[in-house]
Amino acid sequence: MNPQSENPQSQNPQEPGRRAVPGSGLVKGLATTFKTMVSHAHTRQYPDVSPELPPRTRGVIALIEENCTSCMLCARECPDWCIYIDSHKETIPAPTPGGRERTRNVLDRFAIDFSLCMYCGICIEVCPFDALEWSPEFEYAEYDIREMLHEKDRLGEWVETIPPPVALDDAAEEPKEIALAQKAAAKRQTALDALAQAQADQAAQRPEPPEQQPAPPELPKPAEPPQSSQPPEPPADSDEGGAE
Amino acid sequence: MSSATWWLEVALRIVVVFLGFLVIPLVVGQMEHKAMAHMQGRLGPMEAGGFHGWAQLVADGVKFAQKEAVVPDAADRTVFQLAPGVALVPYLLALIVIPIGPGTQVGVDLDLGLFFALAVMGVAVLGPLMAGWGSANKYSLLGGLRSAAQLMAYELPLILSAVSVAMAAGTLSLTGIVEAWHWYWLPWQLIGGLVFFTAGLAELQRPPFDMPVADSEIIFGAYTEYTGLRFALFLLAEYAGIVLLCLLTTVLFLGGWHGPFAEVHLGWLWTAIKTFALAFVVIWLRVSYPRLRADQLQKFAWTVLIPLSLAQLAITGVVRVL
Repeated sequence: MNPQSENPQSQNPQEPGRRAVPGSGLVKGLATTFKTMVSHAHTRQYPDVSPELPPRTRGVIALIEENCTSCMLCARECPDWCIYIDSHKETIPAPTPGGRERTRNVLDRFAIDFSLCMYCGICIEVCPFDALEWSPEFEYAEYDIREMLHEKDRLGEWVETIPPPVALDDAAEEPKEIALAQKAAAKRQTALDALAQAQADQAAQRPEPPEQQPAPPELPKPAEPPQSSQPPEPPADSDEGGAE
Repeated sequence: MSSATWWLEVALRIVVVFLGFLVIPLVVGQMEHKAMAHMQGRLGPMEAGGFHGWAQLVADGVKFAQKEAVVPDAADRTVFQLAPGVALVPYLLALIVIPIGPGTQVGVDLDLGLFFALAVMGVAVLGPLMAGWGSANKYSLLGGLRSAAQLMAYELPLILSAVSVAMAAGTLSLTGIVEAWHWYWLPWQLIGGLVFFTAGLAELQRPPFDMPVADSEIIFGAYTEYTGLRFALFLLAEYAGIVLLCLLTTVLFLGGWHGPFAEVHLGWLWTAIKTFALAFVVIWLRVSYPRLRADQLQKFAWTVLIPLSLAQLAITGVVRVL
């Protein structure tokens, strides 16, 4: 037989340099399998133990119906046209006699066909009112492909499974909303300062101006505490700042 | 009256051996499922029977029993249908002469026990040959021929190393061998024990000596055409073979029912512990090593195992004479 074929009892890998002890490879093999046996198995017992999904899992798209204005942006942006929206206009009678009647959109139907959806998330990105959101729920298989078209009540059920937003990384840039809110707060502060200075100028005619100088460094402070706790809803805060 | 009790005793012994023959291979099979799975980082069967899939092999048996027993058109019907029995029954017969405890805890205390066990195990290897020849399938034929070559090569070291123990004990009776056993036989018969166990693995065509059924080359060797219950019988024969090999190795080389204490009452337990430890090693080897090539297989038998067993024979002889 082949003279170079090695004796099975001494399976030395042809290492350059030193030769291993005959049989050490065999022992190593046994040790490896034994070590694997006594360490934990990698198997996940899925139906019994639910999987630990990453926080931004794209499981299913949930609809927060109250936020939806039937603006159709999502339906128009959807690459495969799997969102169906029907709505009608309702007239709200004038609150005071002689006032003008208002109209608003009422959502009749909001459905996503998950047999067409490719989970791109563009509808969620595009929604200006945060009415759509990713949910990690994934157990909604059906026996018939036609049953994958889910109406708004089903989409609404998934809202409960939306996880809270993930905390930002320490080194991450601040969200745009916070910067906007801070800008608004700073503007308000300078306005208040100017007012205070004017009042001070009016009240005290005596020449002691240097006391008003240290005010500017405190400007950004009052804006921070309310924003940092709830990042996703700062537009409302910035509106507030503008209104005041 | 005495004849009636004699018949009763015989019947009882047969029933016990038969039950052991049916149950212990399944336990080993389940152990293989679980140990192999954990060695590969899996869990193995977890559903059948509820607790960690303990009934997996029962479920498998039920499945096999439901399947159609197909016999190929071109097959030699009689040989094809007889082969699983030929593979399985000899292991049952050999089990009868193996003592599991001191005294009368043996099916039949045969004077020629060792000879009988080895001869009957030799018959069992005919099963794959018949299956390979009778199936009218090229893969089966190749598997059968590989079996033949392998079994011829490994029968010799198996018997030579067993002979060494018989020489040491001065008897062919398996109960006699166990009774003659002393702890110093462990180092004395060490080489013989390793050769016997290794050659036995090859006899059973267990990995790493599973060339005759190499599934990546010849599907399932001699068993390719088998379905349903006949296939299950071949699988059962494989595990019965493991049990028998481990029992024989225990009895011949590890002192059978000898243990650290309570040999008279707990002898059967020591035998069982040793046997299952060896069965675990069989599984462990299967998971750890790749399959040997045909030439490696032959070379290993003729240039390593046979010289080693002859050396063991010489050592035994010298020590006996001294």
